[in-house]
Amino acid sequence: MRVGVFICHCGNNIAGTVDVKAVAEAIRKIPGVAYATTYMYTCSEPGQDEIKQAIKDHNLNRIVVAACSPRMHELTFRKTVEKAGLNRYYFEMANIREHISWIGEDKEANTKKAIDVVKMAVAKVMQDRPLYSSSFRINKRVLVIGGGVAGMQAALDCADGGLEVVLVEKSPSIGGMMSRLDKTFPTIDCSICILGPKMVDVAQHDKIKLYAYSEIDEIKGYVGNYQIKIRKKATYVDWTKCTGCGACMEKCPSRNAYDYFNFGVAPTKAINIPFPQAIPKKAKIDPNYCRHFTKGKCGVCAKICPTKAINYEMQDEIVTEEVGAIIVATGYSLLDLEKLPEYGGGRYPDVISGIQYERLLNASGPTAGHILRPSDHIEPKTIVFVSCAGSRDKSIGIPYCSNFCCMYIAKQAILTKDHIPDSQSYVFYMDIRSPGKGYDEFTRRAQEDYGVKYIRGRVSRIYPKGKKMVVKGVDTLLGSQVEIEADLVVLGTAVLSNPDAAHLAEKLHISYDTFGFYVESHPKLRPVETNTSGVFLAGACQGPKDIPASVGQGSAAASKVLALFSKDMLESDPAVAKVDINKCIGCLKCVRTCPFQAIKDKELRDGRIVADVIETVCAGCGVCTSTCPCGAIQLQHFTDNQLLAEVNALCLA
Amino acid sequence: MANKRYAYYSGCSLEGTAVEYDKSVRLIFDALGVDYIEPEDWSCCGSTPAHTIDHVFAAALAARNLSIIEKMGLDTVAVPCPACLMAFKKAQYFMEKDETFKEKVNELLDEKYNCGVYAKSTLQVLYEDVGLDEITKRVTHVIPDMKVAPYYGCITNRPPKLAQFDDPENPISMDKILSAIGIEVCDFAFKVECCGAAFGVPKKDMVNRLSAKVISMAIEAGANCIAVACPLCQQNLDLRQEQINKTTGSNFNIPVLYFTQIMGLAYGYSPKELGLDKLIVSADNFVHSRLTKEQHELLKQEQEKGKKKEVKKQETQEEENP
Repeated sequence: MRVGVFICHCGNNIAGTVDVKAVAEAIRKIPGVAYATTYMYTCSEPGQDEIKQAIKDHNLNRIVVAACSPRMHELTFRKTVEKAGLNRYYFEMANIREHISWIGEDKEANTKKAIDVVKMAVAKVMQDRPLYSSSFRINKRVLVIGGGVAGMQAALDCADGGLEVVLVEKSPSIGGMMSRLDKTFPTIDCSICILGPKMVDVAQHDKIKLYAYSEIDEIKGYVGNYQIKIRKKATYVDWTKCTGCGACMEKCPSRNAYDYFNFGVAPTKAINIPFPQAIPKKAKIDPNYCRHFTKGKCGVCAKICPTKAINYEMQDEIVTEEVGAIIVATGYSLLDLEKLPEYGGGRYPDVISGIQYERLLNASGPTAGHILRPSDHIEPKTIVFVSCAGSRDKSIGIPYCSNFCCMYIAKQAILTKDHIPDSQSYVFYMDIRSPGKGYDEFTRRAQEDYGVKYIRGRVSRIYPKGKKMVVKGVDTLLGSQVEIEADLVVLGTAVLSNPDAAHLAEKLHISYDTFGFYVESHPKLRPVETNTSGVFLAGACQGPKDIPASVGQGSAAASKVLALFSKDMLESDPAVAKVDINKCIGCLKCVRTCPFQAIKDKELRDGRIVADVIETVCAGCGVCTSTCPCGAIQLQHFTDNQLLAEVNALCLA
Repeated sequence: MANKRYAYYSGCSLEGTAVEYDKSVRLIFDALGVDYIEPEDWSCCGSTPAHTIDHVFAAALAARNLSIIEKMGLDTVAVPCPACLMAFKKAQYFMEKDETFKEKVNELLDEKYNCGVYAKSTLQVLYEDVGLDEITKRVTHVIPDMKVAPYYGCITNRPPKLAQFDDPENPISMDKILSAIGIEVCDFAFKVECCGAAFGVPKKDMVNRLSAKVISMAIEAGANCIAVACPLCQQNLDLRQEQINKTTGSNFNIPVLYFTQIMGLAYGYSPKELGLDKLIVSADNFVHSRLTKEQHELLKQEQEKGKKKEVKKQETQEEENP
């Protein structure tokens, strides 16, 4: 056994608070260590060459690198030792940066801890066994969850690249939040005019299979081979027959259904097509409002439908799809006005959210594009916009910036002036955040060309006074209180993750942060990957994002899938559980505890029942190992003996 | 209600400027069978003057009273004045949370306080412990003309972390109690806005301006009477109403009653018993228009008959002159 140990300075990152020379010296004394040295940047090309050279010169057969986290460079160095002719699992990494040098300032204590950690790695590497990957075929179909602009872009790019795409959208139409917007900043492009053609492309692409009004029920499998159960929710309308003529919607007597598409700014019918450009353009019944369901009699739509598409007996349907990769593009939701009691908590009809105002501006919205305030349908002359309504507010648990409110408020203020030339808009702001291309010029235009009055300060209270809404706040530049009597108040409500984001994350085995946003693999270098191989992120499900950023991520995620699928076979990770059939007593506890259903029972020739691991399904979590009463099932590369060797190195020293 | 006994801490205001609040609270408690006892030798609650100087000292003043109540074997103190209420709640909160703070406070006290007494506002006792059903049952009188704006003031239910009662921005407990005794309640947006509080001495004009807003919003909401739960609010809105009129050029003349006084009117107590004579802006018109439930019922029936007759008259007229 000839172990080589390479201790990295990482510039001053490690050497600044760890005496790397002293660590090398201490390690050299361990029996079995044939070579120990330090290097400025071990991950650099000359650094890796030095490892290869040392393997040759000193006849080394096990390598330890003490540097950063294995999540950073384990793979790099495994490749290095493999190139020098060693099995890639004859390598261990000791993390002396994230776990030591970055977190402690006491150099002496750090050095002592670093010696311990490297000792453990040396003990482990001596116990390591060579492991070999096997390769398996992959299914080159991709699932995209979410049909907003990010998901659509990802689906189109994958499909154009020749992949078959399954697109699942939970609402009745694709298009997402962008399909609700009137115009987009900073170009004042009509939102649906640029999104509509994309939606049609999605619908007409022969490689894209669209499941609208459907949700993910269950996800099984692993990268390259997923089985997805999709729940097609009951629409009570047979979409193979529905032509989208809209006759049912016209005649439906239930006029007070909540309009999810318009965020409740006006009611809709119990049977409805959400908007004229909807894809698919099909009707759907809301059973919470439909008289057939609430009162047991009506049936007007069934009578009127020319194609007899109405089916009150319809049930949810489960379909199964097989794919090899998943792109998650589930988007975001918005803070409910109820959470802002100082702004009326949703009690005042003329205090609305930005997305509701967007629908009032929109030609296909409930007011046909005329700005009429909800309470009395009168055109407002004084409009107050409140940015950061909930955002950057620790007291309600939303410390982050919602990213795009500053910009859409400037846009809405400009559009307001276009719609109502004799109107005056005010914007209360904390800071104007406009770092995109052409963005700052845009907010300046709102102030300078459109006469929007920007007031730097927070709004403390909004209350009604006669027909007006009084907005009471502070002007921190003047150092005085201000009160504005407005006809309409628009709140730039905070961006939240989807309410069911955590639930989906658990099905996908991906991580999410405190706020329910999905966590990328690396915030800078792996922005659309997750730590689960085969699952990628796009758009605002990862954090608040505007349209260009969402589209960019959609394309990025698609390119990652295309790269993954450029091979026909994938290599499996050999660090999986393995059963020693001589020790296994066939209790099958492991079968029951495995969260991935990766263990089955197997009958041996002598009739004995033992556990058997399906290598490609096993995720290497190790739950079975701790369950097994006789140590028969061992996680390769993390066996009991290997881990105990580390513990001994630490405790017996 | 029968089992629970409350300590009743009236506080200094209720012995002076707000004696009518004390009178009416006691009457209402008696009427609704709330068992209460006033602790002996109670002292200052430790509000504004103390806590602007020293938090430990303020908490010690509060804890002295709480400790007396603890020794009496009671665990809840009913407090009509919001300033006393918050002084108690604050002392309790920080002494429970912070052991060193508790030790510092107890060092100043002869009798150590073990944090076993919780303060509740009179409003909370009535709303949560007595309940609206009981409150309605006891009603004997109707005040048909009264339209009330319920004014909670700034600290009856705030800060929410300490108050632990009702909504901090849009409280509803007083609204519900007043509705329960048959009074018309206006939708009032300034329920928790500042009246100017204790700044009446150093900054009289500011208090007048702030109080003027509260009154004008109440009138705008359609109220002809303001209900309060705080001696300082009552003083600023009622005693200073003449001053407010002088400062802001307004012409307000709106009575400001404690909500317990209004309850007392609905329960049939005399103006004298309820201390209505202590109000600066007279509320006599409500006393005059007050009817017993029976009288009110008769009146309603007669009015309906009158309406029917009128309708009949019109119908017959129409028949005669087609």
